Amino acid sequence: MSDDSLRIGVFVCDCGMNIAGFVDCEEVRQYAEGLEDVVVSSRNRYTCSDPGQNEIKKTIQEQALNRVVVASCSPRLHEPTFRNCMAEAGLNPYLLEMANIREHCSWVHSNNREAATRKTKDIVKMAVARARFLKPQQEREIPVTDAVLVIGGGIAGIQASLDLANTGHMVYLVEKQPTIGGMMAQLDKTFPTMDCSI
Amino acid sequence: MTDVGRHPRIKSMTLSEVEDVAGYIGNFRVKVRKKARYVNENECTACAECVDICPVIMPDEYQMGFSSRKAIYIPFPQAIPSSYVINMEDCLGNNPIACGKCLEKCDKRCIDFDMQDEIIELNVGAIVVATGIDVYDPTELDEYGYTRFENVVTSLEFERLICAGGPTDGHFVRPSDGRTPKRIGFIQCIGSRAYKRGHPYCSNVCCMNTVKDSLLLKEHYPDTEITVFYIDIRAFGKGFEDLFNRSKKMGVRYLRGLPDHIIEDPDNGNLRLKVENTTAGRIEEFEFDMLVLSVGLEPRQDGEQLRHILSLSQTSDGFLAECHPKLMPVDAPTRGMFLAGCVEAPKDIKDSVTQASAAAARAGIILSANKIKLEAATAVVDKEKCTCCEVCVPVCPYGAITASRSEKIPAEVTEAMCAGCGTCAAECQFGAISIRHFDDEQYMAQIEAALEENPRDKAIVFACNWCSYAASDLAGTSRFQYPPNIRVIRTMCSGRVNEKFILHAFKLGAPVVLVSGCHFADCHYIDANRWTQRRMDRLWNRLERLGIRPERLQLEWMSAAEGQRFAQVMAEIEEMRAKVSRQEIKNTKEVLRKRESKKKRVTAALGSSA
Repeated sequence: MSDDSLRIGVFVCDCGMNIAGFVDCEEVRQYAEGLEDVVVSSRNRYTCSDPGQNEIKKTIQEQALNRVVVASCSPRLHEPTFRNCMAEAGLNPYLLEMANIREHCSWVHSNNREAATRKTKDIVKMAVARARFLKPQQEREIPVTDAVLVIGGGIAGIQASLDLANTGHMVYLVEKQPTIGGMMAQLDKTFPTMDCSI
Repeated sequence: MTDVGRHPRIKSMTLSEVEDVAGYIGNFRVKVRKKARYVNENECTACAECVDICPVIMPDEYQMGFSSRKAIYIPFPQAIPSSYVINMEDCLGNNPIACGKCLEKCDKRCIDFDMQDEIIELNVGAIVVATGIDVYDPTELDEYGYTRFENVVTSLEFERLICAGGPTDGHFVRPSDGRTPKRIGFIQCIGSRAYKRGHPYCSNVCCMNTVKDSLLLKEHYPDTEITVFYIDIRAFGKGFEDLFNRSKKMGVRYLRGLPDHIIEDPDNGNLRLKVENTTAGRIEEFEFDMLVLSVGLEPRQDGEQLRHILSLSQTSDGFLAECHPKLMPVDAPTRGMFLAGCVEAPKDIKDSVTQASAAAARAGIILSANKIKLEAATAVVDKEKCTCCEVCVPVCPYGAITASRSEKIPAEVTEAMCAGCGTCAAECQFGAISIRHFDDEQYMAQIEAALEENPRDKAIVFACNWCSYAASDLAGTSRFQYPPNIRVIRTMCSGRVNEKFILHAFKLGAPVVLVSGCHFADCHYIDANRWTQRRMDRLWNRLERLGIRPERLQLEWMSAAEGQRFAQVMAEIEEMRAKVSRQEIKNTKEVLRKRESKKKRVTAALGSSA
């Protein structure tokens, strides 16, 4: 059942040779074009780059897209990038869906181009299917307590505490031992400058 | 150290431990136990009167046991706070018959035997974890005789012996007879780069530490003969190669090869060893006055408890896992928490300081913001559908849901407390709870799309964002190859995986379904994955009753670091998939269709009777 109001754009990323080297990206792009509610499907060398993001923004405006599917890397890596890109183009960032065709496909099936291409199509299709049901969401804003807890009073904890305190934040430094100083206080001299540790 | 002590915006709490952390980014509530010091640290002037009178003599931990301290003591002269502390395990106690001498001696009345532990509650917006490391204990490497031979010491003991503030005032002597050793050997990679005993990783600092030690010796005692036994010398940092070359120029001998055991001459305490010089291809024999074991670094033994309190995960080497190894190396996977220093991996002082400054800057971004945005994915209750059954109330790891069966009050979610794991939505039998941005129809659509063509060729894998999905990403970045027949569906938590998703996949012809999530202790939603386990147990029983082989539903726990395991599991899933016959899939589809139409009939009958 196709929803007339849905206008999905699919952006297939080559990721240089990271995806295009193991997957037929043009075949995937054409396949995506035929999926339900997809009005445009395009390919880019690096979708996360400025030209790549500009193309998404331009297409959102030109084609009046209301859902975006980026088929590239893991959402754990670039979901924030593309969400920002959507927001800049005036679309709610939650109308983005990523198809992880690099970590989940091209990089792990790099010796079987045909199977990898087939799987990529499936991953894109699943992403489009999910995108059709995405709704705009509002992120909650919460206040922040301007204080920080630093656990451990060795050299790392001391440095972090001083930097944070010197930038104006209240620091609570918690140390298990009776004194701060940690391992470094037990050293005599330190490399490479051979100066004292305390 | 002193800067910390006098900074107006740093409240430092020693002898203190974090006992509990609740809340979320921007709004953590922390409980700290400040243990009794038995000395008022603000009043104590470290005058030493109490120390002089204390009759108890114990080994001094700071000096690695080479000298002694009293039961009331200051760890070292520059300690912050500059105050004594009583170790109550050593102290004879405030009993007039036994002791209590220090109490009488202290004119300022700083000593208080009745001092209690204090619980301090803090509200903070961010947390920096900088709990450091332990040093490898070479006792298990018995062939090197660390516990048997007095003149075999660790590199940390060496530090105390050569330090001007050490037990010998910097006069370097060997423990057995107090003579200054003339021939000293260093053995590298003790507890590092070892697969059987110790740890497989490189401890990062020991090569340069030995280079430094050799230079200290040569500066103090130019005639000392020094030999360093190594596997590889790793002098990779700025200024490191220079230092290494300086050491060689000053006559330190570096020999590629580790001795397999050490023999002590009982007459003079000297140490003898044979070693294969692997560069020259010959066996060489040595006699030393003293041997230094260059010990590696390891995760803190007592780190587990804190790791659970903070709900952080660890990499396979036992150090804390970062959010992303390259792009977010100081962020912990839990938002608002940051890692600094060796707790993340062994590193030297410069790297610890660098990482600490980075962590401070990252934490500062949060603290400097007036408000921050939270993920929109939270639970929403459809009050029309809610039957007030209360099932969702106990499953919420955050206690964010209230409802009352007796008073007919439908479920209500406190949004600020909801982290969006989705366990409530998966447990609700009436479809009354949905998760924003991760709702049922989105998952159903993904499953349908995946199984539309050739379902028999595919296995459906549910992966939780923080662990198993991260493991699948790591398998990708590591290029671990596995069969191309799996289709991954991301959930924020395995607790989100509703029974109906799984049954829907089977109904559409999926041969195998895998549900995967974090190891129990690592769940990013406290313990939501315990409900996953219970749900799967329930579902396995139900599948059995329906005549569907329960093995076709698999459950796996894996951490973000287990990329290789992910690939391995996928290969196993593929093997299982290939074994499911067409007939079996056909039978499953039929059983589930019948069950569905029966359910529909019952619902319709109930509807008409109502």
